Amino acid sequence: MRRILLLLLLTLGVLAAPAVRALTPEEATAIAAGETDDRIAALNKATAQADPALAVLVQALLDDAVKVAGGKAYVTLDGKTVLAGTTTEATVPADADDVVNNNRMRGALEAALGSLRLVSPQVETRRAALVELAKQQLEEAQLPLIEKAWGVETDAALKSQLERMRATILVSASDKGKRLAAAQSLLASGESGVKSLLQERLAPGAEADPEVRAALQAALTAVEGRLAWGERLGVLFTGVSLGSILLLAALGLAITYGLMGVINMAHGELMMIGAYATWLVQNLFREFLPGAFDWYLLAAVPAAFLASALVGAALERSVIRWLYGRPLETLLATWGISLVLMQGVRSLFGAQNVAVENPAWLSGGVAVFSNLTLPYNRLAILVFAAAVLIGVALLIARTRLGLFVRGVTQNRRMAACMGVNTARVDTYAFSLGAGIAGLAGCALSQVGNVGPDLGQSYIVDSFMVVVLGGVGQLAGTVYAALGLGLINKFLEGYAGAVLAKIMVLVFIVIFIQKRPQGMFAMKGRSAEA
Amino acid sequence: MSAVLNSSSDFSLQPRRGLLLGIRGWTGVVAALITVAVLVPVLNLLVPEGSALHLGDYYVALVGKIMCYAICALAMDLIWGYTGILSLGHGLFFALGGYGMGMYLMRQIGRDGQYKADLPDFMVFLNWKELPWTWTLSDSFIAQMLLVILVPGLLAFVFGYFAFRSRIKGVYFSIITQALTYAAMLLFFRNETGFGGNNGFTDFKRILSIPIAQPSTRMVLFVLTGLTLIGFFLMARAIVHSKYGRVLQAIRDAESRVMFTGYDPIAYKLSIWTLSAVMCAIAGALYVPQVGIINPGEMSPAASIEIAIWAAVGGRGTLIGPIVGAFFVNGAKSWFTQVFPEFWLYFLGALFIAVTLFLPNGLVGLYAKLTSRSKKEDKEVRA
Repeated sequence: MRRILLLLLLTLGVLAAPAVRALTPEEATAIAAGETDDRIAALNKATAQADPALAVLVQALLDDAVKVAGGKAYVTLDGKTVLAGTTTEATVPADADDVVNNNRMRGALEAALGSLRLVSPQVETRRAALVELAKQQLEEAQLPLIEKAWGVETDAALKSQLERMRATILVSASDKGKRLAAAQSLLASGESGVKSLLQERLAPGAEADPEVRAALQAALTAVEGRLAWGERLGVLFTGVSLGSILLLAALGLAITYGLMGVINMAHGELMMIGAYATWLVQNLFREFLPGAFDWYLLAAVPAAFLASALVGAALERSVIRWLYGRPLETLLATWGISLVLMQGVRSLFGAQNVAVENPAWLSGGVAVFSNLTLPYNRLAILVFAAAVLIGVALLIARTRLGLFVRGVTQNRRMAACMGVNTARVDTYAFSLGAGIAGLAGCALSQVGNVGPDLGQSYIVDSFMVVVLGGVGQLAGTVYAALGLGLINKFLEGYAGAVLAKIMVLVFIVIFIQKRPQGMFAMKGRSAEA
Repeated sequence: MSAVLNSSSDFSLQPRRGLLLGIRGWTGVVAALITVAVLVPVLNLLVPEGSALHLGDYYVALVGKIMCYAICALAMDLIWGYTGILSLGHGLFFALGGYGMGMYLMRQIGRDGQYKADLPDFMVFLNWKELPWTWTLSDSFIAQMLLVILVPGLLAFVFGYFAFRSRIKGVYFSIITQALTYAAMLLFFRNETGFGGNNGFTDFKRILSIPIAQPSTRMVLFVLTGLTLIGFFLMARAIVHSKYGRVLQAIRDAESRVMFTGYDPIAYKLSIWTLSAVMCAIAGALYVPQVGIINPGEMSPAASIEIAIWAAVGGRGTLIGPIVGAFFVNGAKSWFTQVFPEFWLYFLGALFIAVTLFLPNGLVGLYAKLTSRSKKEDKEVRA
């Protein structure tokens, strides 16, 4: 009796556990030799078993490492030859023929390999395979494989994804119960593919049963609601992300223009210098520290800051110093500087864009919804912008240098009388603004192209931010940057990128009419100065 | 008040009556007239090509182009040098004038385009079936030339009205004019706007049904441009020496005082701003048939800033200065871009810096300084 029970358990165990070795040498031969049609049929039959051992054979077939002789297939891997479907070593007979795969066979093999990776023991491989599979049009024939994978999947997220895939196939099954269950399980989905599938099924003539129709309708409403949220949040995120970039670009200007009253048209070029410094640091890491390449950004941030700050200090000492109090002349002179800097970079590094690579930890993103992925690099810039903002705010409000800068801004002569070296404070403040531009450039290098013209595309925008926000206050800059980013992306949804930008510019021009001093005007005596 | 100022400054505050210029000035104008209207046409068209005195087509085209730029610089000088308002949007008015002329020239191509169609080529390419409403008047030369003046004039008037009424000044004004031209550039880059997208207009065939490329047409355009420039110069001279011009300069130097004295600066600023924009537009309309292309690149912020630098290099607040500046900078540009193309931007950048740092009154100021010094030395020697 106990023996019978044991036997029963064993049988159950065998049934429940995935079949580890289902591929027989016969099957392997059927896949490797014969007419293409028969081979594909055999391949699909074996693939449906979802046997990991098959993957080895398929890969070998794709690599042309399989030979056939006397109704047996031999696989040569790493110099070792085994009989396909077994682990027994064998020697290839002298009269063995190479397996020839035509394009159709290759396509089938590749598809099979993709499916087989669904049951790979590595969760990463399975995830990647699922991503691949999600891109394809699912077919009835893939159902056994998906069900198999679904049965053995341990990862909760992957399992629910597989379940949805299964449902998308089953929703058009002939059995009403299956269709109903599928519709209910699709309720939890948030993918645009599922939406169009449901719409297809709900089209007149596709689904006749009223009960299933109701379930499909409910699923469609739920999916659409989720997609709409994804879109809304997506707009919000891209808006905030653009805002954070604008903020970084404008923060330096808020110091040089807002606090010091210097119109720095070369601000964009200081950003470009920061981006090029990042590129140089990246190249140095690639050359000398390939092992630590992923962390080059940590070195690039201070390098970008210093490079731009040094250039800024040199500019202040040599040119801008002589133009204080003459804003229009400063504008022209700094425009000239920007031309020289741009051409200088062109001469040094060429007119082409240079490639700055994201480190591995910044590529990819978090998928919040199926239609909303938040890229890591944009998230990182958000955090970075916040950190820079806090740093600048603290520096201005809490440090001795900040005190001096504020003092010189408010009343230069009085500050000088109190013993402040105003000339030096000017240099420090200007290089601080330039350094922040460098940080912005370093951040920009992670999301956009790095080329000599990088700064040009941001200079108008960043001035808009400062003008809109009002001079002399960081809070205004923050609100203006985020506001402009959001408005821009929001309008883009309706009007397209170019029209949105034009509308924003016109909006600013009108806004300035109403509040010539920006959102947060300086009040009191210093306002008119 | 006036007496006090009179004693401290070396020019009369009373508007000058009668002749606008001194003997030397009129001699210069007459010389310029003769050069433009007689000398250049004769040297270019009548003197045979082999002769040492022959003036090549290249130089005629170059000088014609620079004269258009000089009109812009003059317009910039009226608004910046005399009224103290730096516009970074004059390229927009120049380009609008150019587009106005370009539309007419596009219609003049007729069926001679690549596609042999009634519509301009780019519209055929975009698969448009009829002209957009903006092109309604483009068949009529007179109507289109009125648009060349009216559209930029009206835009400048409306923009200026709101800007000056809100008392937007100084750098703020410069920056929003820059935003304006930037927005317009983005708009014109779109194909849907109906002005040829980023290719703009080109491949013109004829103007007033006369082939545009033949030497006599080109020479007429050249002479016309030269006469316009001289005419504008005299007009500007009349303006700055009138009472109106004096008020403009007073606004430049102390706007609040002008206001407190009972003048309304808005009317003065608005009128000179609109006039300046229209001058630029006319320059643009003369420029396009000579150069043969107009595209949204003319509206880029950089192009507008260059206009300011011509005026600054020559010398703001003098009328001959901007013209000298336009010729100097653009002459240098065409020389550099031929001989050392990679050094042109270095030179231009250095020019921006050097002029603002060392030559606040530009080349003309430098010349005046040198000659007055030598005169002083002369006097000392004589004494």
